[in-house]
Amino acid sequence: MNNNILVIILASGVFYGTPLFFAALGELFTERSGVLNLGVEGMMLMGGVSAVWASQHIPGTSWFVVLCSIFIGAFAGALVAALHAFLCVTLRTNQTVAGLSITIFAGALGLSSYFANVWDVASKTVQHPIRILNPGGLADTPIVGPIFFHQTILTYLSWVLCVLSVVYLFRTRTGLKLRSVGESPQTADAVGINVAKYRYIHTILGGALAGIGGTYYSLTIVPQWVDGVTKGAGWIAIALVIFGFWRPDLTLLGAYLFGALQSLGLTLKARNIEINGSILDAMPFIMTVVVLVIVSGGWAHKRLQTPAALGIAFEREER
Amino acid sequence: MKKFLKIATVVTAAALIFAACGGSDEDSAPDTTMAGATDTTMAGETSDVFTFTNFTPFEGGTVVKCAPADGSALKAAWIYVGPINDGGWTQTHNAGREYVQEILGDKVITTYKENVPEGPQVEIVIDDLVKDGNTVIFGTSFGFQDAFLASAAKYPDVCFEFATGYTQKNNMSQFYGASEDTKYLSGIAAGAEAPEGSEIGVVAPFAIPEVIRGLNGFVLGVQKVNPTATVKVVWTNTWFDPAIERKAAESLISAGVKAIASFQDSPATGEAAKVKGIGWVGYDSDQSEAFNDIWLTASTYDWGPYELAKIEAAIEGKWISGDYYGNLSDNFISIANYGAKVTQETKDLIASERERLTANPAAQFTGPITAQDGTVKIAEGAIPSYGELMSMDYQIKGITTDLPQK
Repeated sequence: MNNNILVIILASGVFYGTPLFFAALGELFTERSGVLNLGVEGMMLMGGVSAVWASQHIPGTSWFVVLCSIFIGAFAGALVAALHAFLCVTLRTNQTVAGLSITIFAGALGLSSYFANVWDVASKTVQHPIRILNPGGLADTPIVGPIFFHQTILTYLSWVLCVLSVVYLFRTRTGLKLRSVGESPQTADAVGINVAKYRYIHTILGGALAGIGGTYYSLTIVPQWVDGVTKGAGWIAIALVIFGFWRPDLTLLGAYLFGALQSLGLTLKARNIEINGSILDAMPFIMTVVVLVIVSGGWAHKRLQTPAALGIAFEREER
Repeated sequence: MKKFLKIATVVTAAALIFAACGGSDEDSAPDTTMAGATDTTMAGETSDVFTFTNFTPFEGGTVVKCAPADGSALKAAWIYVGPINDGGWTQTHNAGREYVQEILGDKVITTYKENVPEGPQVEIVIDDLVKDGNTVIFGTSFGFQDAFLASAAKYPDVCFEFATGYTQKNNMSQFYGASEDTKYLSGIAAGAEAPEGSEIGVVAPFAIPEVIRGLNGFVLGVQKVNPTATVKVVWTNTWFDPAIERKAAESLISAGVKAIASFQDSPATGEAAKVKGIGWVGYDSDQSEAFNDIWLTASTYDWGPYELAKIEAAIEGKWISGDYYGNLSDNFISIANYGAKVTQETKDLIASERERLTANPAAQFTGPITAQDGTVKIAEGAIPSYGELMSMDYQIKGITTDLPQK
């Protein structure tokens, strides 16, 4: 039963959807605070390369090294995000331009590859990859086992984060303040909320989550550094936030759907079901386009949760 | 809403760019068969022309003087399709370059360009290299061939060396080797590892003759020890993309293969195999340490000696174009160390088959060889000629998946 093709497709959906979810959840927080971050791809790559470095250089037992690598991956993403926050919140630059330049600056042909060269991370194998964990033999249960419990610690962590994020955003006072900063920074400012602080914290938090997403690519999917390994995952993550209507739970589902699409073609091929490979490879991106077209439609935008102040710099003097 | 549309536009544009990049295709199969090269004759005993084991000058070719006339250091450049630390193909090529530089010291100045995409851009890269004074240029990926041909015509005084191609020119050599022989040996390890009559998976890049004949060699190795086993192939349509390689390997493993081989560089297939603990035949690099519990072996290359010989020839004014097809006898190809799963019995068999192929390259293709559709391609007792090997565009019996549609 566990070799059923549907089970396998769903299991790979969770496996390949997890890094998308981390990056998308990060972007979700950032956008909820009113900052648009198009630098996700660059932040993921910086997180990925730093995590590989950490995995190769930190001494200690395997689980300790893995935890440190995840932390350092998150830290690297957060650092780049701090730069983005500085540009967008303090300097009030155009957020689209700032984000794009960060993706170019830190991305596949930029800083992440430069560090990969300087640290010489690619020529060595990763000694402590993040491998699949079978909690209490749960992976052997029929159907749900291989789908949900044949995964790495990051996947289990992502579920905890998903629940916490929903509670944080919609059930706490700070979450309410965060949303108000994204909706109307002027109002939030008037009631005494520090808009700049909220934006800084959530942009940096977003970068850290993107960094963990990148770590998943370089320590789990392929425990080896490859320049530009995320291959556009950062852009899918940004689209996922819109796809999930700025809600963590829906974003998680979307991430799994996109994850499943990524390996669907090969899974079918290996079972002699021939479908044009190029079309299937392009599917996640075509889906992204379709989703964006649909949600841009007039009927949808009334129901969307788009933070009203998204992409607009807050200038107190201009009130 | 306007701002939202702006975001949507930007993301859409980015998505489209990636979608466009995703579908690279490389189906152009060589339709010319190699004429000049037949056997390992030491052509031209005269001392003013380059000679080398397994090298055959093209018919009617003349010596090309591509060293600087003033006796200054010769500049040579390598163009790579991947990063120099890809852990496989490009890394082994770069090791060849470093070997040349180390042996020749200040007589040569070597440079390289990495991550050069296959396509017309290659010509621009070559233009730059020639402008910088490079007079010997090595190309290391099949998809560079058209650009190399065009540049060879444009710069008749520059010596071009092309790996894994099939076209000839007075100033453009072809060099490669019989990896179908070492893939055969690695196939024995895979066939011995999988239970009788089970399925074995292969993660393969492009369905071009170079890869297909290696695949057929591998399958013959499997059948040598496991005649009823079948082989399933997933074509990834990329030379190097670890994430796709891993997905391809996972798809084969979930479809039930009992051993897996990758004809691609990264250890991604090994990662997928490790999860299920099934045996893995790699390619290009020795992973026997990192993956000892599942590692079987791999087919490997040593590019340095040939590249060194050709550069020395250029310096001495003896460079001539031709075909180099290395094999087990000159150690151009070899197999990597064994992993823990390989039994002594299998090692002994591989050793004796290695001796057989060292004496008679391509002996594993001794007929009858039957294609998938049942037609006999190589008659009983015959060994395919060099030309027949180079143009092998069919899968042999025992492979259960079809070649991708053209």
